[in-house]
Amino acid sequence: MTPETSSIGQPNAVAIAFFAVFIAATLGITYWAARRTRTTDDFYAAGRTVTAGQNGLALAGDYMSAASFLGIAGLVATSGFDGLLYSTGWLVGWPVVLFLVAEPLRNLGRYTFADVVAARLNPRPVRIAAAVGTLATITFYLIAQMVGAGGLIRLLLGVPYEMAVIGVGLAMMAYVLFGGMLATTWVQIVKAVLLLGGAAMLALLVLAQFNFSPLALFAAAAERYGDGVLAPGQLVQNPLDALSLGLALMFGTAGLPHILMRFYTVPDARAARRSVFFATGLIGLFYLLTFVLGFGAMVLVGPDAIRAVDAGGNMAAPLLAELLGGRPFLGFIAAVAFATILAVVAGLALSGAAAISHDVWASVVRRGEPKPGEELLVARIATVCLALIAMALGVVFKGQNVAFMVGLAFAIAASGNFPALLLAVFWPRTSTTGAAASMVIGTLTTLALITASPAIQIDLLQHESAWFPLRNPAIVSMPISFAVGMLVSLWRPDPDGAARFAALERRTLLGAE
Amino acid sequence: MPAEPLHSEKLDAKALSDAALVRMRGVARTRWRLAGALTAVMIVVYFGFLALVAWAPQLLARRVTDGLSLGVLLGAIVIVAAWLLTWVYVRWANRVYDPMVAEQRAAFATARDAKERS
Repeated sequence: MTPETSSIGQPNAVAIAFFAVFIAATLGITYWAARRTRTTDDFYAAGRTVTAGQNGLALAGDYMSAASFLGIAGLVATSGFDGLLYSTGWLVGWPVVLFLVAEPLRNLGRYTFADVVAARLNPRPVRIAAAVGTLATITFYLIAQMVGAGGLIRLLLGVPYEMAVIGVGLAMMAYVLFGGMLATTWVQIVKAVLLLGGAAMLALLVLAQFNFSPLALFAAAAERYGDGVLAPGQLVQNPLDALSLGLALMFGTAGLPHILMRFYTVPDARAARRSVFFATGLIGLFYLLTFVLGFGAMVLVGPDAIRAVDAGGNMAAPLLAELLGGRPFLGFIAAVAFATILAVVAGLALSGAAAISHDVWASVVRRGEPKPGEELLVARIATVCLALIAMALGVVFKGQNVAFMVGLAFAIAASGNFPALLLAVFWPRTSTTGAAASMVIGTLTTLALITASPAIQIDLLQHESAWFPLRNPAIVSMPISFAVGMLVSLWRPDPDGAARFAALERRTLLGAE
Repeated sequence: MPAEPLHSEKLDAKALSDAALVRMRGVARTRWRLAGALTAVMIVVYFGFLALVAWAPQLLARRVTDGLSLGVLLGAIVIVAAWLLTWVYVRWANRVYDPMVAEQRAAFATARDAKERS
């Protein structure tokens, strides 16, 4: 297949039809959800009526971004085994979420992960610090999604970059503003079903060419492009960097605000637990499919043809779809990629809005006693502001290589949010000052180290060298955040800390009564 | 069976809730112990895999059978291990932990009722 024979980049009638159906369906869902969204419980937590199975799908839909679908497939197709490191790294955070955070989070909190950290500490400093960590994580995640969205939709549909960014921003604003968590949840469920269905169909079409044997596929890849494609290659040049990225992926998932927020949508801790079980199954299945999609694109499309269309390799899965299923299937896969981005940005915007309205406005500005209806209004204003900021950042960062930003978001989540959350739940001596210091210093250290890293200094600013050698700072910033949280807690204990911890023991286990 | 003394109204509600508190801490400790052990296994599996990638790439290039390198096999095993660990935890929680929590909840409810009656 040569690039000239691909229709990618031209307007595709089937893709546009699928887009239209998806947008119409999700706006219909939003209209339905808007009529059921009246209270803060509805807006932030879908009235806590989401079942474990639904939440499992929605978690998967919230988590599997276009970077997973298009990025990993492209990475495997162009560099083989190395791409699989991401497939495994993005899954291993989920057992950690299940074992350490899901149940205590559901039992102790109401809407945001800051609820849990603030439950037995002085709320104001802790919530301000948590809002800093949340908004930092959300912002970098959003930039990566928006820039990705603009580029992908331009390639897939032939729509101008800015129009694509604005379109994504407007759709996300509509879902969250009117439909709150209920609409966001169902957009994520629809997306998860489409993404898993699309990836499974594509994988079956690939395997059909190889007698339904993945081993025959891998053997064909090794035969054509050398045995090296099945072994570690160029990506891991610095072992410490690989371990650092691994840390960020493994513990970052348990500190992602938009993922943690989903646990409040189910009725109780038992449902929260079951929903992570389903999510882990679905996400693992999806990443196993990326093995087949990646090597399938390598063998059937070819790395050179993929790079010719998009240097980053992101078009591997769409090219494969076009080759095996023609333009209609390409159109379907393009629409799936679009749905994928929308579901992720809606979840991000909602958790950012909750940090502003629930953590900062209601708990800090109004000291926990907002006027009736006020918190919901602030949440909606925050949603509009976040959508506008996301669109603006998407346009500003046009053409920049923002691949490192998702890694950065995970690093902030692992170093800014996760240590304080874990300490607050586990360690009786955690104090207000300790938790707040851990979150602020964890976030700032991550930002500083990223600024000094090769990703910014060499790749972005074209400097000769970087002050900090690692591309992902988690291996330094996460231990610093834990150490700061513990040392400051010992140095500045809360006067009645032990009594407050004891008072919460029962709720951690049994939930609010 | 701890349910028996709990229904006895002769017991002082405060003492009752203290006894229940001790049992509850035991339940909580059991959960954290298992959760911690499973987390440790996941860390060992994943970082073991990453360490092999970083320091023993030639080993991972070795073929297990035609078309399957040790690296690809271990990558798939990491995913399956994540599944298995979550399955172990959820099965334990459904069979052992949930009944213990239900018992605790009943004990506290009984204690509260007793307190209200006295």
